[in-house]
Amino acid sequence: MASLHEVLDGKSICICAGSGGVGKTTTSAAIATGMAAQGLKVCVLTIDPAKRLADSLGLEELGNEARRVDPALIEEQGVEMKGELWAMMLDAKATFDELIARQAPDEESRDRVLNNRIYQQISSALAGSQEYMAMEKLFELHTEGEFDLLVLDTPPTRNALDFLDAPKRLTQFIEGKSLRVFMKPTGLAAKVTGRGVSVALGIFKKIVGFDLIADLAEFFNAFSGMVDGFQARAKRVNKLLADPETCFLVVCGPQGEPIDEAVYFHRKLVEAKLPFGGVIVNKVHYPADELKAEVEDLPAALADKLDDPNLAKRVADNFADYQALAERDARNIDHLANELRTSCVIRVPYLDEDVHDLHGLTEIDRYLFATAEERVEMAAGRA
Amino acid sequence: MASCGLEIPLRGYSYGTPLFLPPSEIARNQPIPDLLDKRLVIVTGKGGVGKTTVAVALGLRAASEGKRTIVCEVAAQENASRIFDHASVGFHEVEMEENLWSISIDPDESMREYVLLQLKVRAMRDMLFRSRIFNYLAAATPGLKELVTIGKIWELAQLDRKVKSGRKYDLVIVDAPATGHGVGFLQTPRTFASIARVGPIHSQAQQLDRFITDHEHTGTAIVALPEEMPVNESVSLERDLRDEVGVAVDRVYLNGLYPERFKKAEAEKLSALAENENGAPRAAARAALSEYGRAKSQRQQLSRLKKGVTAPVKTLPFLFEPELDVEAARKLAGKLG
Repeated sequence: MASLHEVLDGKSICICAGSGGVGKTTTSAAIATGMAAQGLKVCVLTIDPAKRLADSLGLEELGNEARRVDPALIEEQGVEMKGELWAMMLDAKATFDELIARQAPDEESRDRVLNNRIYQQISSALAGSQEYMAMEKLFELHTEGEFDLLVLDTPPTRNALDFLDAPKRLTQFIEGKSLRVFMKPTGLAAKVTGRGVSVALGIFKKIVGFDLIADLAEFFNAFSGMVDGFQARAKRVNKLLADPETCFLVVCGPQGEPIDEAVYFHRKLVEAKLPFGGVIVNKVHYPADELKAEVEDLPAALADKLDDPNLAKRVADNFADYQALAERDARNIDHLANELRTSCVIRVPYLDEDVHDLHGLTEIDRYLFATAEERVEMAAGRA
Repeated sequence: MASCGLEIPLRGYSYGTPLFLPPSEIARNQPIPDLLDKRLVIVTGKGGVGKTTVAVALGLRAASEGKRTIVCEVAAQENASRIFDHASVGFHEVEMEENLWSISIDPDESMREYVLLQLKVRAMRDMLFRSRIFNYLAAATPGLKELVTIGKIWELAQLDRKVKSGRKYDLVIVDAPATGHGVGFLQTPRTFASIARVGPIHSQAQQLDRFITDHEHTGTAIVALPEEMPVNESVSLERDLRDEVGVAVDRVYLNGLYPERFKKAEAEKLSALAENENGAPRAAARAALSEYGRAKSQRQQLSRLKKGVTAPVKTLPFLFEPELDVEAARKLAGKLG
């Protein structure tokens, strides 16, 4: 089984993807911490508005600029910090505004776009714009070359497809080719398209209100000078995602539903020809298969040792409950490994304390970066 | 019937008539009805906390009390039908049990239905949907998908259904999108009303906003887990729902609470056992200690949650079941307060 060190060796970008609630933010922070400890200069980016990453890294808050995590805080956890750990929280709107400022031919066009109500909606609310801006920021940081490794915590989209399609959908929206042709007063609309289009436009205007169409028209006009720059940039972003130096890690939990979503997400990555690195399963109940044979007599054995039959029964019942969960997890993970045809399935156990600070992150790193032999030992030790 | 061309009389959902009972019929100083006595219950929370399970459990509970109930999913995930071990339901109202229906609200289907209700002529609608320009506009209009989704939820909650031969429901339960998306989702009508300043959709968006923020008929439940960050998020979610969406939260369900199986003195005894023994007794003692530690830290999170939110907090037990099926949801249904 490959270790995470091997998987990330020579990579400059690591993207953690998966459905909501599986521990992506924590995993991203733990990976960044672990790789920084090894001597790399690493930056972890999150777009999670819940400020969870800041909490877990002991930072008051994260902004649209990278901030360095105090190495002393990590060393307090007994981890030698050979490199540097940086973190930032992506502000999708600010990133979009910066991008407009860069692409605009002059100040007037810039302000026209920034003040357009449709733009204001897309830059903060349109599904996919957060994802697209995350990639933008990633691209920007990668181009600047300040960091050895960038770790991206992707937004919690419920549908994996959304995340991968985001750049394409957004550029399609901004291009708005067909729409722009029709909205030009002297455009082709009147001549060639005939009644269908004008009827459709008319009905649409009636339904959504005329001024929305006017705003859209204004938006496309203001944007017209920037479309080429935007497209070229989107192409480079897409190329970066498919680069062999990029690595996608799928993060999931051991229950049936997250496992199914991980399988689905992996398929989407393969279809999109994006470089898949491995899968991380969080909160796994470790099994104790080798102990099963003895379990039959467990209540009696425990009663004898504890001198308290009532307590012994509760301990045995509790153990049986945990065993059932551990067996389920093992079954689900086998299924996952088969479906993904990967040797890189990294299990992080369900730790006794929930992970929300640097102590927890370094604890997780023991499992994320363990070698194959270490993993076997740890699994046995946790039985 | 409507003529072809631009002069089609557009018919909105009937705005002139009051949504529900006129306010005068409900005495002002009566307590706000209980969660399941509302017409609409929105279930929200961070991803992966068990929103769908709680939504289904609420549905089972209401159905068992004789209320005709429908559970709506909005993100095309079909997690509810999965719990019932039922094939995907899609954009259809499918009966799962007595008094309990389920639907997966697809925005494209909602849009088709909405436009048909507006135009009243199916052929006209179909022509419109074949038009590339119309599809482009629909996709390009920020928030339109969310708006028609909420419009469909509203439609399901009407006693006088707009859809032909639509069933009447006593209660509509929505399995809403996760935290970040959830607030934006519920804000859509208000946002939209401010973008489209005129036209039918403007007044419809305003109507939907009133529907969501009508606390007499619309209730909201947040689902949380007894862990540090989900608790933090639930606290800020309640605040955002109240301050930004204008929705009052009726319940916070703390899901997955471990039982307190062991006392402190017992844990000490088990620590000694874990150190001195080998094999199964040691493993069992360690599992018991894990349980003890988790149950304890969960109780701390529970008290943090209670301090952080203003809505009453109800706990739901962790279920030691390999998969959450309908029987598991039924167990939770019995424990919902």
